[in-house]
Amino acid sequence: MPTLVSFLLGLLFGLGLLISGMINPAKVLGFLDIAGQWDPSLALVMVGAIGVGTVLFRLFGQRQSSVLGEPMRVPTRQDIDRPLILGAVGFGVGWGLAGFCPGPAIAALGAGEGKAFVFVAAMLLGMWGFERWQARA
Amino acid sequence: MTIDWSAFTPWSALIGGLLIGLSASLLLILNGRIAGISGIVGGLLQRPDNDSSWRLAFLGGLVAAPILWLLVAGAPEIRIDAGYPMLILAGLIVGFCTRLGAGCTSGHGVCGLSRLSPRSLVATLCFMAAGFVTVYLVRHGLGG
Repeated sequence: MPTLVSFLLGLLFGLGLLISGMINPAKVLGFLDIAGQWDPSLALVMVGAIGVGTVLFRLFGQRQSSVLGEPMRVPTRQDIDRPLILGAVGFGVGWGLAGFCPGPAIAALGAGEGKAFVFVAAMLLGMWGFERWQARA
Repeated sequence: MTIDWSAFTPWSALIGGLLIGLSASLLLILNGRIAGISGIVGGLLQRPDNDSSWRLAFLGGLVAAPILWLLVAGAPEIRIDAGYPMLILAGLIVGFCTRLGAGCTSGHGVCGLSRLSPRSLVATLCFMAAGFVTVYLVRHGLGG
């Protein structure tokens, strides 16, 4: 059951990316280009998503277990440390270079975009490199 | 700053955002999981195996969405201007750094801000600022 739910929610997430146009890197870059011809759409995507999320997370986020009886795996860390900041800044640089963040890049695979396959392959290599580096450190 | 009114799509952006927020909320409510795409993918690369079935199912749904869209509404607009070397560089950076910073636009930006997490607020401000600066430098700064 949780697996089927995950699939359907992945589908819903993908439809959100498609309807909002966020699957399109050119549109994302149109938001990040505040000095050029600015497309504020991404801000409204965030408003919509966080608006729903804030209400539903508040109502249901404190449960001991999920509706389907799964353990709630919610991050508990509160500290602002160096990896958080370096990672977020680095991610923003990579996001700005191509206009792809992980969700839209993976969704674009389904549209058969060759360039998305290249980006996702490099992204997996980067993530794998992180795991190797973590294991060594 | 000039707003490009011809590109701005407020209603579809808001509706798409609502669906993304609904998906992320339901994943937590039903499965107890955070819908952070970099975390979902990254967990697949960890050993020992970190329950990969729900991760693969979510990502499968994400990939299936444009296929369904293609059948019903036609090809979605996806324009990728970056060349291959740039895509590889960007992909490597995004992969490593989203794991280092424990999240991306979905995990920190959507889920984290919805949970009012101070870590996610800091991360979101950092990656937004870095994204703005990077695009500025690429398009307007470096001989652009």
